[in-house]
Amino acid sequence: MSAQAEPKQPPSSPVETGTAMTDLTKPVVAADGAGAPSAQPHGANRVEPKVTTTDVKVFYGSSEALHGIQTEIPANQVTALIGPSGCGKSTFLRCLNRMNDTIEGARVTGKILMDGEDIYDKSLDVVLLRARVGMVFQKPNPFPKSIFENIAYGPRIHGLAKSKGELADIVERSLKRAGLWDEVKDRLKEPGTGLSGGQQQRLCIARAIAVSPEVILMDEPCSALDPIATARIEELIDELRRNYTIVIVTHSMQQAARVSQKTCFFHLGDLVEEGDTDQIFTNPRDKRTQDYITGRFG
Amino acid sequence: MNTVWLAIVVLVAMGFAYQFGTQASRRAAVSSATKLHSLPGHYGMLVALWLGIPALAVILLFALFGDTVVRSLVMGALPPDILALPQAELLTVMQRIQALASGFGVLGEPAAYELSAAERLRTLQTTRDLALVAGVAAAAAAGLVFALRRISPSLRARNEVEAVVKILLIGCSTVAILTTVGIVMSLVGETLRFFSYVSPVDFFFGTVWNPRFVTVGSGSADGYGLLPLLWGTVLIAAIAMLVSLPVGLMIAIYMAEYAPPKLRAVAKPLIEILAGVPTIVYGFFALTIAGPALSGAGALVGLDIRATSALTAGVVMGIMIIPFISSLSDDIITQVPRTMRDGSLGLGATRSETIKRVVLPAALPGIVGAFLLAVSRAIGETMIVVLAAGNAPVLQPNPFESVSTVTVTIVKQLTGDIDFASPQSLVAFALGLTLFVLTLGLNVLALYIVRKYREQYE
Ligand SMILES: Nc1ncnc2c1ncn2[C@@H]1O[C@H](COP(=O)(O)OP(=O)(O)O)[C@@H](O)[C@H]1O
Ligand SMILES: [Mg+2]
Repeated sequence: MSAQAEPKQPPSSPVETGTAMTDLTKPVVAADGAGAPSAQPHGANRVEPKVTTTDVKVFYGSSEALHGIQTEIPANQVTALIGPSGCGKSTFLRCLNRMNDTIEGARVTGKILMDGEDIYDKSLDVVLLRARVGMVFQKPNPFPKSIFENIAYGPRIHGLAKSKGELADIVERSLKRAGLWDEVKDRLKEPGTGLSGGQQQRLCIARAIAVSPEVILMDEPCSALDPIATARIEELIDELRRNYTIVIVTHSMQQAARVSQKTCFFHLGDLVEEGDTDQIFTNPRDKRTQDYITGRFG
Repeated sequence: MNTVWLAIVVLVAMGFAYQFGTQASRRAAVSSATKLHSLPGHYGMLVALWLGIPALAVILLFALFGDTVVRSLVMGALPPDILALPQAELLTVMQRIQALASGFGVLGEPAAYELSAAERLRTLQTTRDLALVAGVAAAAAAGLVFALRRISPSLRARNEVEAVVKILLIGCSTVAILTTVGIVMSLVGETLRFFSYVSPVDFFFGTVWNPRFVTVGSGSADGYGLLPLLWGTVLIAAIAMLVSLPVGLMIAIYMAEYAPPKLRAVAKPLIEILAGVPTIVYGFFALTIAGPALSGAGALVGLDIRATSALTAGVVMGIMIIPFISSLSDDIITQVPRTMRDGSLGLGATRSETIKRVVLPAALPGIVGAFLLAVSRAIGETMIVVLAAGNAPVLQPNPFESVSTVTVTIVKQLTGDIDFASPQSLVAFALGLTLFVLTLGLNVLALYIVRKYREQYE
């Protein structure tokens, strides 16, 4: 819970994340000032929401997997989604970058606003949305290409680099941010699949960072990793929150408590309880939340 | 016939032995009040095997050596002056004796020694049959008794049965392998004979195909050049691949990535039906439709295309190979994990970018493997080329002209009035061996590549 004791990070001025700028110029912390401790009840947090969802329902065919989710994802914080398997955490996460569009038969209703803009609006380009909202998956999934090419993939697709040198810069910067640069700088030409599991996952994070997203979604990013690799990723997440808004699905209560500032508890397709991580873990209001975090079901 | 009936009897007996063994093991368990090591069925199986294997082995021995033994016994009793006859005449004598023994008449008056030998043959044959039945019965009984006496709850029947099953399976695969070896050996033998007429250099590097009769060592081995045939084969295979690879790959991509499941369920089998059409039917198609159509199309743009040409054969063969490529590639593309696609889509890549930059590169080794397998099919294909290529074994570069291929030439050299000792027909074996080595090499390469690709996603 060390993260909890720290003051909320105000967005550090000039960040190199191109598109992230638009948002980061807005005032993120309100009257209370930057030093406000986060251990306040939810609502007094007063962090500008990055994403707001209203009555979001998801249908797979005719079965409803999410029953009207209403929540806010605060900017430059880590929001943890917890809950028993099959409760719809991944489904909700996939709504935020419209990855549900790629699933046969999936349908999303309701409203999701990102910086006040409806991401399900017809005029919105999914390709650009996914550049703004990066995703890291449960199992590390590097492309069967070199480490360099893995990172360069996104910038190439979005035409972010005007020259080879610029591309190399992006690759280096992304790898540094993901804390992988020192381990791979001499082997950028080797296949990404040859790295260890933890390195692969950091490669995937670097790959997501390379397109300068504003939000990074992580679906159980450590579930396939050993404890040491997990610790490294958690450290990384804590650093990344300075520049990005992060939403992480996790099965580990400890992990949620360690890395997140806000926690949402899902149960059977409903958002049962949400609030500051501290409050959720020390003083849950709902009986179901209490049962879950005390390990009565899972 | 005798032997077959005996074998059937043994099999029936094995069924009974199985029952015996099962019950005996149950009794043994009850009487010693301990738990059986294996299931009762395993004991039954073991008893059946102990009965069947020795009995069948005896049958096999008699089938292999019975006749030879009887024959040599009869021959041994022939008068010495007859035995001194040349091989061919001795053979005739033996045939006469056999005919007499089985009650058929022979030309002319049978000699006294022939009659007595026939009598001897008859008794020996009866003895042999009786010995066979007795031997089988003895072997079966011995096996049965031995196995039944061994039954006790501690006998590891399951392990023994498993061992026998394994040996049986090894035996079956050995048959398949030995057959392959046999085929290759026969090809090699005939090929070596061919090379005693025509030197390998003339064969492999000759540029003229016009096989005429040559005698051993006459030196005039022109007209046995492989290159024109190889050229035709390669040309047609190349045209076939030019047709089938792009179309097959596009079909595979559509089926794997875009087609809705319902359409896929209908279209995939329909495409695979193409693969089930006998190649001779493709031959008709080439001859009656594709050839004239291509020729007509050529005339429209001022090209002189023969109806039976490398182009016709290649295009139709390409059509034949399309389902082969599409279904193999489809499997390979669907094997690329979904997480890989998600990774790319999640970065904002479009579907076609994802396919082009992630899915296809990931599937490439597998697709290359499929491609090589398809090439080896194209090289070995015969019926389409027989009908559609025009059979002109000339080394010329124009695909609109007739050519001939290795396979067509093999057919040609081995049909009609042939003498298996002449180089004209022997050359077919040399051609066959060349083809075999060529396709084998391609297949090995393809399998190697496909296997390497598989390891990637372990
Ligand atoms: N692709 C899909 N097709 C149909 N149903 C799905 C699909 N993905 C998830 N579901 C269903 O939606 C519900 C929520 O799943 P998911 O979001 O994966 O849960 P979680 O990530 O919390 O374990 C589950 O009941 C699951 O069976
Ligand atoms: Mg999940």
